[in-house]
Amino acid sequence: MTATTHEEHHDEIPTGIKRWLFTTNHKDIGTMYLWFSFIMLLIGGLFALVIRAELFQPGMQVVDPNFFNMMTTLHGLVMVFGAIMPAFVGLANWQIPLMVGAPDMALPRMNNWSFWILPFAGFMLLAPMFVGGNFASGQGPAFGWTFYEPLSGQYDKLVFFVFAVHLLGFSSIMGSINIIATILNMRAPGMTLMKMPMFVWTWLITAFLLIAVMPVLAGVVTMMLTDKYFGTSFFDAAGGGDPVLFQHVFWFFGHPEVYIMILPAFGVVSEIIPTFARKKLFGYASMVYATASIAFLSFIVWAHHMFTVGMPVAGELYFMYATVLIAVPTGVKVFNWISTMYRGSMTYEIPMLWALCFVILFTIGGFSGLMLGVAPADFQYHDTYFVVAHFHYVLVSGSLFGLFAGVYYWLPKWTGNMYSNGLAQLHFWLSTIAMNLTFFPMHFTGLAGMPRRYADYPLQFTEFNVMSSVGAFMFGFSQLIFLWLVIKTIKGGEKATDRVWEGSHGLEWTIPSPAPYHSFTTAPEVK
Amino acid sequence: MKLPFERKTHAISAFLLMLVSGSALADYKLNFQEPVNQLGQEIFDLHMLVFWICVGIALVVFSVMFYSMIAHRKSKGAVAADFHENTTVEVIWTIIPFIILISVAIPATSTLIKIEDTGDADITIKVTGLQWKWKYEYDADGTPVSFISSLHPDHNKARAVDSGIDVTKIENYLLEVDNMMVVPVNKKIRLLVTSDDVIHSWWVPQFATKKDAIPGYVNETWTSVDKPGIYRGQCTELCGKDHAFMPIVVKAVEENEYNAWLAAKKTEAVAAAAEAAADKVWSKDELVARGQEIYMGKGGCFGCHGANGEGVATFPKLAGSAITIGPDAAHIDVVVNGKPGTAMAAYGNQLNDLELAAVITYERNAWGNAASVVQPADIKAAR
Ligand code: HEC
Ligand SMILES: [Cu+2]
Ligand SMILES: [Cu+2]
Repeated sequence: MTATTHEEHHDEIPTGIKRWLFTTNHKDIGTMYLWFSFIMLLIGGLFALVIRAELFQPGMQVVDPNFFNMMTTLHGLVMVFGAIMPAFVGLANWQIPLMVGAPDMALPRMNNWSFWILPFAGFMLLAPMFVGGNFASGQGPAFGWTFYEPLSGQYDKLVFFVFAVHLLGFSSIMGSINIIATILNMRAPGMTLMKMPMFVWTWLITAFLLIAVMPVLAGVVTMMLTDKYFGTSFFDAAGGGDPVLFQHVFWFFGHPEVYIMILPAFGVVSEIIPTFARKKLFGYASMVYATASIAFLSFIVWAHHMFTVGMPVAGELYFMYATVLIAVPTGVKVFNWISTMYRGSMTYEIPMLWALCFVILFTIGGFSGLMLGVAPADFQYHDTYFVVAHFHYVLVSGSLFGLFAGVYYWLPKWTGNMYSNGLAQLHFWLSTIAMNLTFFPMHFTGLAGMPRRYADYPLQFTEFNVMSSVGAFMFGFSQLIFLWLVIKTIKGGEKATDRVWEGSHGLEWTIPSPAPYHSFTTAPEVK
Repeated sequence: MKLPFERKTHAISAFLLMLVSGSALADYKLNFQEPVNQLGQEIFDLHMLVFWICVGIALVVFSVMFYSMIAHRKSKGAVAADFHENTTVEVIWTIIPFIILISVAIPATSTLIKIEDTGDADITIKVTGLQWKWKYEYDADGTPVSFISSLHPDHNKARAVDSGIDVTKIENYLLEVDNMMVVPVNKKIRLLVTSDDVIHSWWVPQFATKKDAIPGYVNETWTSVDKPGIYRGQCTELCGKDHAFMPIVVKAVEENEYNAWLAAKKTEAVAAAAEAAADKVWSKDELVARGQEIYMGKGGCFGCHGANGEGVATFPKLAGSAITIGPDAAHIDVVVNGKPGTAMAAYGNQLNDLELAAVITYERNAWGNAASVVQPADIKAAR
């Protein structure tokens, strides 16, 4: 920065590998987050397909039970920490500066660092799988994504897992600090908090959730580490420790975590529905308050994952009441979205299809969530496929579909090109049908009594497992269509206008498409 | 593919039918298994209540949504209205769900209190989860009676990868054990649920009883059975490699039959204890033969160390290992006291001296190993 002036320096875009390694540009970093998460989605998806191949028929055909457990574990961990969370951070990186009218994120160097930690964390998580050069030996973690003690304490390569989680935590916390700093300090003049786009609001709240709970996660894995290698007994009953304490600490992180994965999706959908209904978001203020209430409630309901551990009945009652209470603010959100559509002027472009599908299927996941929250019934549902069905409705047709909606909404802004409508339709319909074919039957297998994380099952569950497996392979295949579509769109296509969508609203649509490498170098004015 | 062709077409046609009509699915289990006690029925009713409430809400909400999507299309010339707030409506749709929730919480509370009321039990049975089998302990007039219940050996053979056995031909595949738990009908049965290694969870769907088995905790729950029969369940908390292979089978019988069964078990237990305590010196062949039975059955050692002593997945092999062919003290120590922090449990409180001596002798003299014989007296001395 010595010879050139600041302005000139900004005009050049670095090239080659250095651009990506050293970049502090929010758009480049957002792009890297999104590609990283997509690769993880494919890896986690591959693990899921191993699971579904094994469960295609009763009896063990494909892998041994230990390998199967490793697949369920890594599928969960990779999807949660590798795919969904980084993908939302990617969206945040791209969109928050554009939506609040800032030139970049508040802390660009830290931004670079929070991304580049991720591949190392992913490596650390997956590396033990390949110990001894033999993939089939199943040396990876095999204790479920919830890594309950004392089972996880039996794992002899625990240290890899612990440090992978620590790295993921660093990355998330730094990402969150950056997002909060950007939103609170770099909004365009005139953009008061209550004028911020909903996506920005949901991310602001999510970032606070992350900062609150990632240290708890780091704490719990550190306690596991010292139990395993330094002779402490936090969770070891034989040494006076308490295995149930593990679950309390884990779920104190784990429940807010599920909202971390859904709130930004709420934000995306709250951007898209008004655009394609050509009507302002109904109940903006109540949307903000509902999001904040959900975030608050998420801290005081954790033990609904633990109704069968033997809590005192008063504790069970409290956690039941608090849990079902979440249905109220969640209901408010759904009602607001539907009221936004009511007497709108609706069109059904691709992002809107995903958003509508989100509203319907997420609501179904919400219903099964309400059922699970009713403690006496949860004794029957707990740890069966009913739970698996529930959280895939909120995580696949919720979080993941929310992400797809966002990508289809903003992709023309990012690349400057419109995507192929035919391919996008194909991707949407195949994914939606396959998703339901995969996960809807799981409600039935669960109610009929099939426990989750089972490598093999009694014969009466065969039919529904066949459907789930067929659906899963279809779903996996349709994501390759998405990959092809995105690459095609980056390479070219019909030029996108600046506004892209007829009903679009917000600062990101006031800059050219594709968004220039540096945008809003002078702050826009918001009335 | 081992899956018979009819099964596949069955599944596909069932799915197509499901799309058309619900009734065609009579053959497929879509809901809870039939409860066999009053509390189970109450839980079932609560489950259906919440389900129908959800269906009702879904009908209302999705009708409005689909109506808007169809009637207010731009292509139909719809022009967007300008409203984006309505305090009255917003208050109403916050309050109505709240009232619905209260109407669910009231019956749920009363059921939950019943589930947790373990008082006034007629009999108490202790259930211990072990990797990967269950131990049941009864009190027969002061004499403890206990036995281990594991997946039936035929099923265990069939479930191996490449077993070459068509599992679809096996009745109650994965839901059969070697020793069933037996309970009397129409009695309040208190269960004390615990574990000696990792967390398991004891569940029989028709009883609507599920409780986690946690090391260091003795959880209490209860059940009762209205009619005699055989009821099947499975472990529902991930407990390692063979989580899917530790079923629960409960035989409910009339009270007199139960008493006769317990008396017979008591006689067996007394005899076994006497045999183990007798200062008898056993021959190597006797010990090896008994030891193999325990290794492959009650002890469940094969689950980790393999039938051929080569070790399964990440578990250590015993054929030719330093401990199994070395001095007997170290071998006795690892089996009796286990290895904390690993999956190797302490078998000292699961097996008696004779059984321990037998399984250790077997390990020292199987798969090409050739080491010393261990007698029950050696175990007694080492305890
Ligand atoms: C749940 C799995 C599991 C079961 C069941 C199991 N073991 Fe083990 N066993 C292990 C593990 C893991 C180790 C290694 C412990 C260590 O790290 O030192 C081990 C170690 C041993 C060793 C020491 C081997 C050596 O060379 O260091 C012996 C002997 C042994 N087990 C005997 C038995 C017997 C006898 C039984 C049945 C009564 C049994 N095991 C059942 C998991 C198991
Ligand atoms: Cu939760
Ligand atoms: Cu289990």
